[in-house]
Amino acid sequence: MSENRITWRRGIRDGIPIALGYFAVSFALGITAHNAGLSALQAALASFLCNASAGEYAAFTVIAANGAYWEMALMMLVANARYFLMSCALSQCLPPDTPLHHRLFVAFDVTDEIFGIAVAAGDRLRPSYLYGAMSVAIPGWAGGTCLGVLMGSLLPMGVVRALSVGLYGMFLAIIIPPARNNRIIAGVVAFSMAVSWVAAFLPFLSEGMRVILLTVLISAAAAVLFPVREGEEAAA
Amino acid sequence: MNIWVYLAVMASTIYAIRALPLVLLRRRIENRFIRSFLYYVPYVTLAVMTFPAILSATGSIWSAWAALLAGILLAWCGAGLLTVSVSACAVVFVLEMFLC
Repeated sequence: MSENRITWRRGIRDGIPIALGYFAVSFALGITAHNAGLSALQAALASFLCNASAGEYAAFTVIAANGAYWEMALMMLVANARYFLMSCALSQCLPPDTPLHHRLFVAFDVTDEIFGIAVAAGDRLRPSYLYGAMSVAIPGWAGGTCLGVLMGSLLPMGVVRALSVGLYGMFLAIIIPPARNNRIIAGVVAFSMAVSWVAAFLPFLSEGMRVILLTVLISAAAAVLFPVREGEEAAA
Repeated sequence: MNIWVYLAVMASTIYAIRALPLVLLRRRIENRFIRSFLYYVPYVTLAVMTFPAILSATGSIWSAWAALLAGILLAWCGAGLLTVSVSACAVVFVLEMFLC
């Protein structure tokens, strides 16, 4: 088997838990889409093209409010600006000689979770690994959204509410293990949560703006106070 | 307003956000501050997105706290993505049978 084939399979293996988690979360997202007036096809297409949880949720609220198209564009910029930062970080994980078409395809599915496993792969990251993960994660995400629209109203509320924490569970599973192994990351995570809690009480700061502002400010502060030494990055 | 136009705006905006850095940053960034900054970004952004948003995701703040603590504990003990995620959901589901 060629090397690409092996990393592709590894990507599928690591993508399966992501796809299953996505399925549950996107199901809840489909219910939101349904309430905003989207058909199952439109919601599935939105998920297939955007692959974003909070970003799509924000977009559906714009559709529900019958907002202007420029409002939609602005909302997408703000709610998804963190993907810009993630893509910047990801560009440093990929081999520098990665050709343009691979960069364009990889860009299609830079999500919190795919980014998480990409960072975990460290120096060994190859586009084929990401394609493997994408080939199971994207159908899971789009399919879950579609089913959420079709069946959301049939599920008991208790199940829907329970599913809505699935996404946060996944986030915890990405940030807590490195925090356990690295005291600085643990401190940065705890500090971020505390500041985020306080900032949530500020009425003039939207959810999307809060995430971006705090990400930039806290990451910059951490970079000044605890600069990372060469070679340390792949270890965490 | 047309939903298909909304979809086109959504898809093109988000793709541009993701593709630009990957296409433009072709070389390794040598600057230590920027490298460190990008290193911390995922942890900070995921932490900020999780808390306190998780507290208002469920029907009761207590079930949400329980899901948060269960998730942290399980992840700390080395449970994988799926286990942590499903357990958090299960905690909420069981607790809300009593709370709501």
